[in-house]
Amino acid sequence: MSPARVWRERGARYRLEGSKCKKCNKVFYPPKPACPYCGSLDVEKVELPKRGKIVSYAIEHTVPEGYRHLAPIIVALVELENGVKVLAPITDAKPDEVYIGMEVEAVLRRIWEESSEGLIVYGIKFIPIKE
Amino acid sequence: MRRVYAAGVGMTKIDRHYDKGFQELVHIAVKNLVDDVKMFSPEAIVVGNMMSSSLYQQDSLAALVADAAGLRGRGGFKVEAACGSGGHAVAAGYALIASGLYDQVLVVGVEKMSDYPTATTTSALAQAADFEHEAIYGVSFAALNALVMRLYMHRYEARREDLALWPVRMHEYGSQNPYAQLRNRITVEDVLKSAVIADPIRLMDSSPIGDGAAAVLLVSEDVARKVSDTPIQIVGVGMGSDGLDLTSREDLLNPMSVRIAAEKAYKMAGVEPMHIDVAEIHDAFTITALLSIEGLGFAKLGESWRFIKDGRFASGDKPSINLSGGLKARGHPVGATGVYQVAEIVMQLRGDFPGVKVGKAEYGLAMNTGGVATLTSVIILKR
Ligand SMILES: [Zn+2]
Repeated sequence: MSPARVWRERGARYRLEGSKCKKCNKVFYPPKPACPYCGSLDVEKVELPKRGKIVSYAIEHTVPEGYRHLAPIIVALVELENGVKVLAPITDAKPDEVYIGMEVEAVLRRIWEESSEGLIVYGIKFIPIKE
Repeated sequence: MRRVYAAGVGMTKIDRHYDKGFQELVHIAVKNLVDDVKMFSPEAIVVGNMMSSSLYQQDSLAALVADAAGLRGRGGFKVEAACGSGGHAVAAGYALIASGLYDQVLVVGVEKMSDYPTATTTSALAQAADFEHEAIYGVSFAALNALVMRLYMHRYEARREDLALWPVRMHEYGSQNPYAQLRNRITVEDVLKSAVIADPIRLMDSSPIGDGAAAVLLVSEDVARKVSDTPIQIVGVGMGSDGLDLTSREDLLNPMSVRIAAEKAYKMAGVEPMHIDVAEIHDAFTITALLSIEGLGFAKLGESWRFIKDGRFASGDKPSINLSGGLKARGHPVGATGVYQVAEIVMQLRGDFPGVKVGKAEYGLAMNTGGVATLTSVIILKR
């Protein structure tokens, strides 16, 4: 991973930015330069709501290199309040506490580090909403 | 467009071939292919492969295959569509002949996956997903499929043990296929007790890590009879895609890429799903089999698991699906798999497949996909 790439991708991963199609008005994540639904090339960046519900999830035990200290990783597909879906890990929850329909909120967390002196990458994770 | 035929096939047994590199694997597959045809003089090479760069530090694969096959001088290229690379390589080879550019094209699928620890291979496989927004979180390819599987079970009220029936059947067929990587029979209990990879996916829901190479010689109608006494015509070819990311997809349980690829291939072949006698479909995980069967129109959405429970798609049914043992038991050397499937369908239509046979069959179908049904090809063959 290069620092320039991490910097370039900061909008989606630091601020939960998606895109809105200026033609069909659909909003989607991750941000893309063209609309995946109508094909329009005219889209703009929008910030997405931070709260949503879990659509489905997996408890990942066989974890790729560089992430083993995080195992098991709870991987969830979350539907935000405006209907847009985001895939990210759930944190601050035990695997057996998670369920379909659970309410969660996006937070910024450290997600990857190259080495003790290398690059640190931040991104979105979801935490359970406790009210 | 000119008619295109598969004139000969060759495969290696899929295994953890620690003693063989790309060249040796390709060499064995090509030697078996040479024994299968009357004349072998390909003018171009298409290689299906996914991870030569990430795991084997090698590009320029067509040159490597040329030397392994004794064909130095022939031009060619590698086709990459993640785990769907092999099927797409056959589609590319088809186009080279249908267009009139060449009369004989060698399509080879090759992959080496077993040289590294599982975590390294898992990382390389995760490159089939959206790296920036999914894989960067440490999300494995199995976890993405597990998330889809949980949604499937939730929406269609399928139980975990219902979904264990597929791998049991695949191992039964694999036990009779000499080219299969896994040749042991298993029970539902074995599946449910196997190690958890990414819950709800267990080890025995997953295709194994293995190495392999398969080869198919494609020819024009002008030379088909000179090359083989039993050429099998490719009558339909279709490709489709879906979002690289899972998040912006319309519905995770309605695989758009499969539907689009199938529609095009069926239309081109002038057939419907009910005409297919035998099929090899992509079942990298149990859930992949269900979505593939539904996307191909062999069952309605949400119905395939009930059909499987009723014994449908087994040997003797129409279509018979994955008599090779599928990716689950035959094995899944990712970029080679689509070429294995086409080779198996060719042998089924000729009647000389060495494992469970379909019997008399007219139409066969091979469906191969990369990612979570991200890039799909469907190829229909006719006896
Ligand atoms: Zn649009």
